[in-house]
Amino acid sequence: MATIDVPHQASFLEDAEALRKACQGWGTDEKAIISVLGHRNAAQRKQIRLAYEELYQEDLIKRLESELSGDFEKAVYRWVLDPADRDAVLANVAIKKISPDHHVIIEISCTRSPEELLAVRRAYQARYKHSLEEDVAAHTKGDIRKLLVALVSAFRYDGEEINTRLANSEANILHDAIKDKAFNHEEVIRILSTRSKMQLMATFNRYRDDQGTSITKKLLGESGDEFLVALRTAVRCLNDPKKYFEKVLRNSIKRIGTDEDALTRVIVTRAEKDLKEIKDLYHKRNSMPLEQVVAKDTSGDYKAFLLTLLGKED
Amino acid sequence: MAPFLLIALLLVYLFTLNSFKAKKMGHPAEVEVLSKALSGIGVDEKSLVSILTKSHHEHKRSIRRGCSQFFFEDERQFERWNDDAIKTLKGEFKRFKDAVVLSLMHPWERDARLLKKALKKGPQQYGVIVEIACTRSSEQLLGARKAYHSLFERSIEEDLAAHIKGSERKLLVALVSAYRYEGPKVKEDTAKSEAKALLNAIKNADKRRLIEDEEVIRILTTRSKPHLKEVYEQYKKISGKSITEDFEAELFLKETIECLCTPHTYFTKVFDTALRVDANEDAKKALTRLITTQEAGNFKGVSAKFAHKIEERVKGAYKDVLLGVLARGEMNGQV
Repeated sequence: MATIDVPHQASFLEDAEALRKACQGWGTDEKAIISVLGHRNAAQRKQIRLAYEELYQEDLIKRLESELSGDFEKAVYRWVLDPADRDAVLANVAIKKISPDHHVIIEISCTRSPEELLAVRRAYQARYKHSLEEDVAAHTKGDIRKLLVALVSAFRYDGEEINTRLANSEANILHDAIKDKAFNHEEVIRILSTRSKMQLMATFNRYRDDQGTSITKKLLGESGDEFLVALRTAVRCLNDPKKYFEKVLRNSIKRIGTDEDALTRVIVTRAEKDLKEIKDLYHKRNSMPLEQVVAKDTSGDYKAFLLTLLGKED
Repeated sequence: MAPFLLIALLLVYLFTLNSFKAKKMGHPAEVEVLSKALSGIGVDEKSLVSILTKSHHEHKRSIRRGCSQFFFEDERQFERWNDDAIKTLKGEFKRFKDAVVLSLMHPWERDARLLKKALKKGPQQYGVIVEIACTRSSEQLLGARKAYHSLFERSIEEDLAAHIKGSERKLLVALVSAYRYEGPKVKEDTAKSEAKALLNAIKNADKRRLIEDEEVIRILTTRSKPHLKEVYEQYKKISGKSITEDFEAELFLKETIECLCTPHTYFTKVFDTALRVDANEDAKKALTRLITTQEAGNFKGVSAKFAHKIEERVKGAYKDVLLGVLARGEMNGQV
């Protein structure tokens, strides 16, 4: 469920005016920005941008980019974008790093619905004049490339049907592939990147029933083995995305310095989806509410913004 | 008196014998018309109607006796239809119906069904998968993938990956999964370096099969068509040959490159093969597929090139469809 709190009626013109006011004059009224944008869903934010453009002949996003800075700016920028556009930006940032962030690409391609992923591919082309798979392929090599390209190119069937015989045989294939450390990568990639999500969950369950442990535990290995790590991430994203996101959040805060990129990414991308359930999972797992930990580890406007997205009342 | 009678009888006998002979040879004109109407691609419905409506019992018998490619003498003394001939005719009569059905079908459903059929038929038909994946626009290919979900409750990549075991699997799955950028922007430097990479792969083809070369697959299955056309040009510059020539040994790669970079060459080839006298059923079916799925503008120049062959080999309503589609292509080059 979503965590943000939005009004039923919103006047986009009023919102645009409020934002304009917040950006005018000496300094910026960050609180006003948070109080408007932090309480609008994607459809409303889009309308606000259009209203702002019409009123002031200026792109709201560009204005915010110039007025804000640091982690706060990054978070607001990502928040204001359309979800598909946002994912395209996140993917591009991940690809262009000297050492690409495979897990972000896997996260996007495996936790979004098939239609959402298609929208991301379209948005990516519109923005970067390349296809997503083209850029992923050009910046990776070997088995990682094969896995990632297959994952971003997938257009999975989204039905509920499960073929139990198939789940059984593919659970066996996965088992055999993992058992011989000389992996049959082709078959693993085939199964993970083409089967429907429902079918995959049936396969993973079957694996657990047959082997006594979950497939993710069996995939634990050398953290130096890039491909193995990527595989594990893919399986976790496909099998139980909320659990995966909880772990990302936990890890992002645990570190000596907070991993703001990860923290922002999860909160911003899930606030309108299932952040509530992720929060509950976090609380259960860590005996502490997520808001408390975020409040302790972050500061200033960035903190205020995150807490708003997490559902804190003003 | 007796000799007179004998001569008269002899004359009557000879006359009857002659007319018997004449009936046995049939009415040569109709036999030829029938043979023509039923050979080639499609059937000449008009000629057939006129033969059938004009013919009476005796007439038909002499036609049967005159057409040895369709009828043979059964051991129990009757002229029997050749079973293989009936089968062939069934196919030719069906050609127009297939063209109608395919033509009216939504392009997405059409492509989804063609892909499924090709997969089912096996490796000799995988070329159809290449054709569809490479000659459709990005949105059309996505549409085909959606229709595939509706029709078969699986994704196309799932079925391809699970059923194709050979080395062509990677190529085919990647081709149908592509969502290529369609803008005109092309980086010459990148095209140059990728042409070099392809040349490199050719040089090492004895050590590693082209269809298993990572870079070959990456370039052909992810790059935009304008970019690939530039790679094609750059390759010619540095090697003096065309990529299609050098990739001759790997059929699927060759067709991939043709469909992506020089589609007109590919279409001309399909027409040529289909209109040969020894064309097989797959080749003829390819003709129907092309004229019902491709933009008419892709066939510019084809009608001029093949006018004579079409006149000779194609019949009836099917021919009208073919000529109509080609004519539209000449007219304005657009659908």
